Amino acid sequence: MTELQILFTGILGLLLVATIIGHVLDEARPSPSVDNLVARINAWWIMVLALAIAFFLGRTAMVLLFAFASFNAMREFVTIAATRREDHLAVAAAFFIILPLQYYMIWMDWYGMFSIFIPVYAFLLMPIVAVVKGETENFLVRIASVQWALMIAVYCVSYVPVFLSLHIPGFEGKNLLLIAFLILIVQISDVLQYVWGKAIGRHKIAPRLSPSKTIEGFLGGVISSTIIGAAMFWITPFTFWQAGLMALGISLMGFFGGLVMSAIKRDRGVKDWGDSIAGHGGFLDRLDSLVFAAPLFFHLTRFFWMTNP
Amino acid sequence: MRRLFAHITAGAIVVFARAITAVRGVWTGVAPAPTRRVYFANHTSNADFILLWAAIPPQYRRHTRPVAAADYWLKNALRTFIGRDVVRGVLIERAPEARNQDPVAQMTEATDAGDSLIIFPEGQRNMTGEDLLPFKTGLFHLASARPDLELVPVWIENLNRVMPKGEIIPVPFLCTVTFGAPIAYSDHKAAFLQAAYDAVLALKPETGDG
Repeated sequence: MTELQILFTGILGLLLVATIIGHVLDEARPSPSVDNLVARINAWWIMVLALAIAFFLGRTAMVLLFAFASFNAMREFVTIAATRREDHLAVAAAFFIILPLQYYMIWMDWYGMFSIFIPVYAFLLMPIVAVVKGETENFLVRIASVQWALMIAVYCVSYVPVFLSLHIPGFEGKNLLLIAFLILIVQISDVLQYVWGKAIGRHKIAPRLSPSKTIEGFLGGVISSTIIGAAMFWITPFTFWQAGLMALGISLMGFFGGLVMSAIKRDRGVKDWGDSIAGHGGFLDRLDSLVFAAPLFFHLTRFFWMTNP
Repeated sequence: MRRLFAHITAGAIVVFARAITAVRGVWTGVAPAPTRRVYFANHTSNADFILLWAAIPPQYRRHTRPVAAADYWLKNALRTFIGRDVVRGVLIERAPEARNQDPVAQMTEATDAGDSLIIFPEGQRNMTGEDLLPFKTGLFHLASARPDLELVPVWIENLNRVMPKGEIIPVPFLCTVTFGAPIAYSDHKAAFLQAAYDAVLALKPETGDG
């Protein structure tokens, strides 16, 4: 079996076990939190299947899948953002011009452009499109919201399919494994922080941002996902220690990403970003950690491992 | 043939509305049911009834007809097709001098045939920035003509951001349609209309700038 097949078999096994546990719990002690757990596991199945199908179909499917995720994430972001009707054209441009262009350039593998397109061109274009309407009230807040929507929901999310374009000597044709490593560590870290927090969590780590997060959950989750990441070095181009360090970086960025996104939610007075994924909230509730981890993981990998093409 | 085409168009409109707004019906006060109802809602966009319609499960949607302005929906062939055939609107003449039918009679004719209605008691699109304009009296006259109808208040959230007046490109925002508990009929006109008004406004979600 190839590494990818072993990996998917392992993930399917994990999900199967989780599904069985969910059903047993539901039979034995039905409660709203068990319902939530079952809904979460079911949503995991759909997410894993969508990823597996896109993995199997290849590059174009991966790009389309994450373009779709970006569309949903940005819709959630602008829905709670403080835009006015005067920003309509800017928001329309973000959805129907910037987003498709970003993913098109990723699909055609134009690194020199897609890596600066949103931070430079879109960043400058958005306030220009909005300013011609002449509405000055809350201008900075409004336009920063649109720029953040693009950076978070499009730019950062689009880093995931970009891994397919990396050229790492000795790792040709296996770049999908880097995406699998990234997503797996981010999600395992999230889940384990939750599990450790439930099990032994006592001291709140950020009571104003996220009352359920504890120091014990944070440490337990980050340490155990670092160990799991190190142990998975065989699916990556990294050594044992390198893989552990990468997993540590991914987990830390994921943790702080979650905090930042929850600060935004609190500021705007909402609990979840949306409700399109049963049990999980919206797309951004699931992507928040990935959004912060993906660009860092990509650039570290690119900087240290990629040879100049 | 025209009916089949209308059916397909209806499906396409609902799919499009879902793709842009991911619209979701939040049934806090009632559940979807075959009961004859009058859904009365806030009105900020010409697409309001499409969104409300899309939030109702398909088996009841077919028997739910929006009450809309005839002068708008009979203006050209396309609007007539959508207004009359696709959504089966109960088309009412807004200007009293152009009327040859009593609007309340037109509405009761539809409910007597077993259909539910969607009405916008503000009587016009709300462009003011106020949450809700004062209600016109049509809802009261309809309710007093048929006191057995279930009067369901509805709040449509965010649709005015999808396509503000004067814009032609719809922009994706998440929209919700909240269905509240039915209000009771009372023969005191002002009190009834105030209760109806309060019931709609009470469904507005408290998020964002509030």
